[in-house]
Amino acid sequence: MTDSTEKPTVLLVGYGMVGHRFLEALAENGAAARLRVVVLAEEPRAAYDRVQLTSYFSGRTPEDLLMGEAGFAERHGYEVHLGDPAVAVDRAARTVTARSGREFRYDTLVLATGSYPFVPPVEGRDAQGCFVYRTIEDLLAIEEYAKGARVGAVVGGGLLGLEAAGALKGLGLETHVVEFAPRLMPVQVDDGGGEALRRTIEEMGVVVHTGVGTKAVAVDASGAAAGMSFTDGSELAVDMVVFSAGVRPRDQLARDCGLEVGERGGIRVDENCRTVTDERVFAIGECALASDGRVYGLVAPGYEMAQAVADRLAGGERTFTGADLSTKLKLLGVDVASFGDAFAATEGALEVVYSDSRSGVYKKLVVTAEGALLGGILVGDADAYMSLRPLAGTGNPLPAPPEALVLPAGLGGPVSLGSSALPDDAVVCNCHNVTKGTVRAAVTEHSCTTVPEVKKCTKAGTGCGSCVKLLGTIVNEELEASGVAVDKGLCPCFAHTRAELYEIVRVAGVASHAQLLEGYGREEARNGEGCEVCKPTVGSIIASLAPELDASVHILDGEQAALQDTNDHFLANLQKNGSYSVVPRIPGGEITPEKLIVIGEVARDFGLYTKITGGQRIDLFGARVDQLPQIWARLVDAGFESGHAYGKSLRTVKSCVGSTWCRYGVQDSVRMAIQLELRYRGLRSPHKLKSAVSGCARECAEARGKDFGVIATAGGWNLYVGGNGGADPRHADLLAQDLDDEGLIRLIDRFLMFYIRTADRLERTSAWLERIEGGLDHVRKVVVEDSLGICDELEALMANHVDRYEDEWAATLADPERLRRFVSFVNAPEVPDPTVKFVPEREQVKPDLELLFSEQDLLRSLDPDNTPLLEVRS
Amino acid sequence: MMTAPTVAATATAAAPTARVELLIDGAWVPVCDLSHLTPGRGVAVLLPDGSQAAVFRDRHDRVYAIANRDPFTGAQVLSRGLLGTVGDRPYVASPLLKQRFDLTGGECLDDERVRIPVHTARVRP
Ligand code: SRM
Ligand SMILES: Cc1cc2nc3c(=O)[nH]c(=O)nc-3n(C[C@H](O)[C@H](O)[C@H](O)COP(=O)(O)OP(=O)(O)OC[C@H]3O[C@@H](n4cnc5c(N)ncnc54)[C@H](O)[C@@H]3O)c2cc1C
Ligand code: SF4
Ligand code: FES
Repeated sequence: MTDSTEKPTVLLVGYGMVGHRFLEALAENGAAARLRVVVLAEEPRAAYDRVQLTSYFSGRTPEDLLMGEAGFAERHGYEVHLGDPAVAVDRAARTVTARSGREFRYDTLVLATGSYPFVPPVEGRDAQGCFVYRTIEDLLAIEEYAKGARVGAVVGGGLLGLEAAGALKGLGLETHVVEFAPRLMPVQVDDGGGEALRRTIEEMGVVVHTGVGTKAVAVDASGAAAGMSFTDGSELAVDMVVFSAGVRPRDQLARDCGLEVGERGGIRVDENCRTVTDERVFAIGECALASDGRVYGLVAPGYEMAQAVADRLAGGERTFTGADLSTKLKLLGVDVASFGDAFAATEGALEVVYSDSRSGVYKKLVVTAEGALLGGILVGDADAYMSLRPLAGTGNPLPAPPEALVLPAGLGGPVSLGSSALPDDAVVCNCHNVTKGTVRAAVTEHSCTTVPEVKKCTKAGTGCGSCVKLLGTIVNEELEASGVAVDKGLCPCFAHTRAELYEIVRVAGVASHAQLLEGYGREEARNGEGCEVCKPTVGSIIASLAPELDASVHILDGEQAALQDTNDHFLANLQKNGSYSVVPRIPGGEITPEKLIVIGEVARDFGLYTKITGGQRIDLFGARVDQLPQIWARLVDAGFESGHAYGKSLRTVKSCVGSTWCRYGVQDSVRMAIQLELRYRGLRSPHKLKSAVSGCARECAEARGKDFGVIATAGGWNLYVGGNGGADPRHADLLAQDLDDEGLIRLIDRFLMFYIRTADRLERTSAWLERIEGGLDHVRKVVVEDSLGICDELEALMANHVDRYEDEWAATLADPERLRRFVSFVNAPEVPDPTVKFVPEREQVKPDLELLFSEQDLLRSLDPDNTPLLEVRS
Repeated sequence: MMTAPTVAATATAAAPTARVELLIDGAWVPVCDLSHLTPGRGVAVLLPDGSQAAVFRDRHDRVYAIANRDPFTGAQVLSRGLLGTVGDRPYVASPLLKQRFDLTGGECLDDERVRIPVHTARVRP
């Protein structure tokens, strides 16, 4: 096939991370419009985030990992051929042949073919059960095979090997790591760091073998891997093996067409990333041997190469001459960072080391005699990485003595430097090479005021994510510096956040909004009423803590009654014409025919519009305020309870039918959903809480769209947190796996109470998880590992809630004082509100809105000169 | 009929049997006992002509009365909103779409084109 377009053709071979960055850069600099861009991709899907590959095992789907937004290629007119790799290049004819047999002409050829995993030539390496760890397809295969396996081994204790080990561990396998070098991660860390890493990783139950080579994989009669033998004579019975012994550039295509490659591989390019052999051919990313003689196995240098070539195609001059090899990683939950001259290779370099093998912390800074930073290694606690790395090699003296910087908090100097110590040209986001100056400019010149805005504007923080925390500090410092007071207060009445108010209420035992306002409000608000923001917020805090405060748990008692939004005030949801809806609780969506009949009868007798909700229950609309007690008297009598559709509290725990009926189900999801719904009903929280339980991984209950979602496994339950539907959907993240009933409930207790304690007002768990420092990892530490030592307290709080729960509607019906509010008119309790009327709609009713608006009313309320009237007509 | 703008009367000090009254057509009409009002909230009152008022009590036992009708939706619901203050200005936030209305002058604090009727109220010991 030849092509007849007049635009010059750029042919990209390889659609991985670097290829994608190249396409983005072409679109950004405008060159895309003047070019025909054709992409040949070997993998069956568009470019995805290989760096985050392992997050597949904590619940991110292959779709989540895709790099371009939907419609990316179409929007820029790129022709992408998925699953059709290039097999031959004819440089004289300037054509590339794809596996499908199609032939493409090019004016410029860009090779971005990446690397392939190196598998050492050991016997048995091709047996069934032997894998590599590079693509989504690799992971899918590993996951499938692990189902029938008990023991897994990873060959290679480097960065990727440890990730693979984490994955096997997560899949429930007994996991071994075999590393030929005497320490783990030999490329990044020194012996001390390797030792700290080893201890921590062994504590997690991964068996580490260092200083041994793999001799052979033993194969059983069926051709499957069954064991391994090592150079020291030892043997190990295993069911599967993952090779992760380094990567090699994929340069075969280049070799075959006569392009020069390096001795140890890599397509040789110059500073423009142009091959030294052919001026029409470029190579970028892991397949390239850069002009400094290195092949870069990290994504950030690849991105720079991509940008250099894209710039050149737009007429620019950008080059790539080499890059920093600094990395910060989280391996099996352990922070590991190395940067700059980590091995003190510079002449006269001195080392300052802090090492505590007991807690798995190792920190080393490499400095000059004058105290300027050259590099360092941090294991176990790498918080200082983001502030130290940009200083390395700048020649500036450190702002604090190096020994103070390696000591843990409490034993000396500052734990981290803060961002103000950084010069403007310091690179804060390594993945996208964004400097502090650029981030500051995003705030001062492009009026970004939040980290998400800065991410959009500068791309910083959109790679590995490790710089996001630092971005947050820079943004806030910049806002403060430019006089924008970052008022984190809840509302005009309180300078405290919701989380702070929660602590005040809890610790000081203040159980009243009025007292809280007097004692802790902003000066100017102290003698006032408060406002519609702080009243319900404080009402909710007091309700969550009522058992501890010895306050009434009924939200309509005492001052509490005055704080609730109208929905809570009437224990029903206000509709647009002033009527209310009624939602009885139907735990897990399970309901008897008798109860269904009662709902039907009540709806019929009161003329209520009836609808099945999205939460597996039934909503009855159109009740007048004075009808609510009568309706509820019937419902309570039939055994129904409040469904709290009106509250910032637990809504529903949806369930699928589960193992009782479904041929796929592995656990009784209905039983668990009911149990959870009954446990957490009535719990007041910063925003509504939703949950679901699915009986197997098919996920019919959509648990991953919930604040806490439970999915059955053969071994128990997986708990996911932070899901959301609504305007900004988010899939929930895996918090823990294979829990038994008790473990599951204990963990949810802790999770919910920790959320209630620390979230902002109207902040769903999804937004909370994205916002709080340390994110999911931090939450996991607190609620799974009890790093703050508060789990007992969180559990006790929940136990108290469960003990003191009462049905709000039953309690209201039993108390004339509480019932008194349910009238349309205080001075005419028996008169129904004449403006709440209905008209027919599809055999049911809908609000009569015309009644609410006469034309005159509308005009009058919009008349700027209207004077207040005494609205009396006699 | 129309009258000149009036400022809502404020009255303090409540004996247990104190009564809330509205000035309607030149006459004080009793609406309820003060004890029927929760500080910080309101109630709806049916006026002799069939229209509705919203009567509120704040934390200092002052009472206010405005029209019950939310001009943005037409629904008679302002009595179900929450009270607040900005500076010294007391207001109620509509329970439907949360616009705030000054309790003494009827101005909408979130849309200067809108102003709702106010009534004179007092507490009678
Ligand atoms: C009745 C129902 C729609 C239906 O006919 O199915 C409904 C109705 C309302 N939803 Fe919803 N939502 C209903 C299911 C959902 C779902 C689906 C689900 O739960 O599976 C979602 C998306 C899932 C989620 O929340 O993550 C949903 C996302 C929202 C949101 C957006 C929340 C967000 O985080 O973005 C709001 C607005 C809010 O809460 O701030 C909202 C708010 C509302 C309110 C309360 C609006 C209001 O303040 O008046 C509606 C009032 C209902 C009423 O007056 O009775 N509703 N709403 C559903 C009641 C379920 C139940 O049985 O309790
Ligand atoms: C598990 C894992 C974790 C990692 N973690 C980090 C990290 O934390 N930090 C970091 O900096 N880096 C990390 N990396 C490395 C990073 O993923 C790579 O540096 C980056 O993906 C390189 O991008 P690339 O485009 O050069 O290669 P790739 O992303 O591998 O893309 C090359 C693409 O070209 C395709 N291809 C090859 N030959 C052909 C052909 N003939 N025709 C068509 N297509 C072809 C391949 O199928 C592939 O899709 C990690 C890698 C893995 C596997
Ligand atoms: S999630 Fe699984 S068990 Fe539940 S209904 Fe769907 S397929 Fe059946
Ligand atoms: S350093 Fe990786 S996203 Fe910024």
